Amino acid sequence: MATQLRGLTNARARSIANQSHDRQHTTTQPSDDPLTRALGWASLGLGIPQLAAPGWFARFLGVGDGPRQRLATTVVGVRELAAAFGLLTRPAAGWLWARVAGDAMDLTLLGRALKNHDGRGRQRTVAATAAVVGITVVDLYAALTRSWKEQAVELTATTTVVSSPQEAYGFWRQLENLPTFMAHLEEVHQTGDRTSHWRVREPLGGVVEWDAEITLEIPGERISWKSTPNAAIPSEGTVRFVPAPGNRGTEIHVAMTYEMPAGKLGETVARFFGEEPHQQLDDDLRRLKQVLETGEVVRSEGAPGGKRARREFPQHPARPLTREEMEEEVYA
Amino acid sequence: MKANCWMGRNKVEVQEVPDPSLLNSRDAIVKITSTAICGSDLHLLDGYVPTMQKGDVMGHEFMGEVAEVGTGVAKDKLRPGDRVVVPFPIACGACLACRAQRYSCCDNSNPNAGLAEKMYGHPVAGIFGYSHLTGGFAGGQAQFARVPFADVGPLKIESDLADEQVLFLSDILPTGYMGAEMCDIEAGDVVAVWGAGPVGQFAMDSARVLGAAKVIAIDKEPYRLGLAERAGHTPLNFEEVDVRSALLELTGGRGPDNCIDAVGMEAVHGSSHLHAYDRIKQATRLETDRPYALRQAIMSCRSGGVVSVIGVYGGFIDKFPAGAWMNRAITLRTGQCHVQRYMKPLLNRIERGEIDPTRIITHRIPLDEAPHGYDIFKNKQDNCEKVVLKT
Ligand SMILES: NC(=O)c1ccc[n+]([C@@H]2O[C@H](COP(=O)([O-])OP(=O)(O)OC[C@H]3O[C@@H](n4cnc5c(N)ncnc54)[C@H](O)[C@@H]3O)[C@@H](O)[C@H]2O)c1
Ligand SMILES: [Zn+2]
Ligand SMILES: [Zn+2]
Repeated sequence: MATQLRGLTNARARSIANQSHDRQHTTTQPSDDPLTRALGWASLGLGIPQLAAPGWFARFLGVGDGPRQRLATTVVGVRELAAAFGLLTRPAAGWLWARVAGDAMDLTLLGRALKNHDGRGRQRTVAATAAVVGITVVDLYAALTRSWKEQAVELTATTTVVSSPQEAYGFWRQLENLPTFMAHLEEVHQTGDRTSHWRVREPLGGVVEWDAEITLEIPGERISWKSTPNAAIPSEGTVRFVPAPGNRGTEIHVAMTYEMPAGKLGETVARFFGEEPHQQLDDDLRRLKQVLETGEVVRSEGAPGGKRARREFPQHPARPLTREEMEEEVYA
Repeated sequence: MKANCWMGRNKVEVQEVPDPSLLNSRDAIVKITSTAICGSDLHLLDGYVPTMQKGDVMGHEFMGEVAEVGTGVAKDKLRPGDRVVVPFPIACGACLACRAQRYSCCDNSNPNAGLAEKMYGHPVAGIFGYSHLTGGFAGGQAQFARVPFADVGPLKIESDLADEQVLFLSDILPTGYMGAEMCDIEAGDVVAVWGAGPVGQFAMDSARVLGAAKVIAIDKEPYRLGLAERAGHTPLNFEEVDVRSALLELTGGRGPDNCIDAVGMEAVHGSSHLHAYDRIKQATRLETDRPYALRQAIMSCRSGGVVSVIGVYGGFIDKFPAGAWMNRAITLRTGQCHVQRYMKPLLNRIERGEIDPTRIITHRIPLDEAPHGYDIFKNKQDNCEKVVLKT
């Protein structure tokens, strides 16, 4: 997957395919997915006759059985068998995308055949084209859905605060404090020694809740957490508190991984609404720094909502707010 | 209340807006008695600073009386009734930058730090009335202003000095002083200052206070050069003479030991073809700033000298003379002024009569007439050097 390096900020984000992770997933994986297997068998079912009897297959499609058509059919057959092998033995979304690419090639070939058609068996060619269009839709659907679900987002961000590692750790470990600086977090409450319940507002307004568990805690040094297995947005993370050199306070390093709802597509939609996950985490840490160093999140007339200031620009103009705006943006 | 608002390029308007409210616990509301128009405001007026929004309240040089304080402001720090001058950068006093007295680089005072970081690599502090890139804070060309971190920035004036004597502690006096201080002036140094606007004038006065043997004022406005000359500085009109040769002449061929750019991104140039080149690039946004003064300062400075840049730049420049800068060991120093660092010591100098800030004031007009003030200040009409607005 592509690595996005954002030189100008301290957050690094990348999308990673999650088969490289040994975590539990509640979402559909190509490996145990009936649709993926069915498409694998379909490839096998097409590939064998194409290779065994290319002339017959070409005639069956109504495209004629000249040497060029035979060769094309053989090539397509090899491709189908490769896809079948991949989908049935090492299922991954990549093979589904290979099928989509194959469909595009078939449609091109059939389109060209239709254009130069001599009329014999034309109806069969038309029917075959219609069938391939149908298959393309199914393949595209499978590839899209299987690869959305495959995306996890990994984020890291860091800041330095003027405070001791113990103070910063103590503030974070009191999980109820997290919503003071994390934009989307509505509420966290501890339900046990190591367990907690989280409530998050989604970019589009919905609310997601889940339980999480602290998997490791070393006072003054690090906290790791993980959502419980059935969480709607599986996530896990670690925050480390490291003394900065020369009395510069404490470096706070956060690394977290979560399943973006609807994967890449969800990320794109969120970005459209002005939210980028890495920017979000960067801003969260900036606010954490404000809270630890100055006591609260800083507000301006342009960004009066504190952590609820969603959009960066355009903002409220830099002029005092009316009473109604104060009610809505500040006191609410 | 009344406030002077940015209403688009080349348009400011005094409007009725809501009175400010406390937004953070360490805020204070200040009832403004005097406020001023700055060369930086002209960059906003002319549309060269991105992220201005229609309706933004302008102004970052103001003083007045504390009307209200938030619950987080300790009584011994500030209370209603105190008379204060407010520094233009907003600073928290607690972050590493503030602890190192780099107040204009405060890590915590800009709610739009993410935006500033994209533009400048790292964020900059909040500033009153100075675009959303520096936080979207309502400014002080108004009857009231909200002042964040009121227990850190505002300087209490306990003596009976008039507003006009202390108002410029909010910005241009510390800025001019920092410009001179960055030069590390040694006995016998000749200091050349580009720009005889208010900031340049205070840079000149400060250079002399810090020990310069000779201070050269470079501008094209005869009345501004005259003002500098009456204060004891040597005028040089860049429209009448070739600056580099004149500087060589004035320094026995050595070149000025230190140079201060108090002009910034909207410099004009004596030779019109060069001006046209940069003006066109600026208009088409291929270049955002016109750096004549900076280029000339680097080319003119003696080898090993300091070029101190207090004129404001917003984006990118062309034809930066990197060769001259590098091969002749020139030091470039710059920054938005760390005003909080200089207020107290400069107040002492004013009290001792070492600096007279009032010498640059040419116009005192009511806040209502702010748009007219912008007009004459920008267009150098009516011998305008500095406009003070009274509420
Ligand atoms: N660093 C800071 O903290 C800080 C604070 C306040 C102001 N400033 C900046 O300082 C600069 C000056 O402010 P001001 O209030 O004196 O503004 P101003 O506009 O009154 O002064 C600028 C002067 O420069 C002159 N000038 C133009 N082109 C020139 C050239 N090529 N060579 C020499 N002189 C030239 C103009 O004629 C004018 O007199 C502005 O850029 C302003 O934004 C910086
Ligand atoms: Zn100013
Ligand atoms: Zn600070």
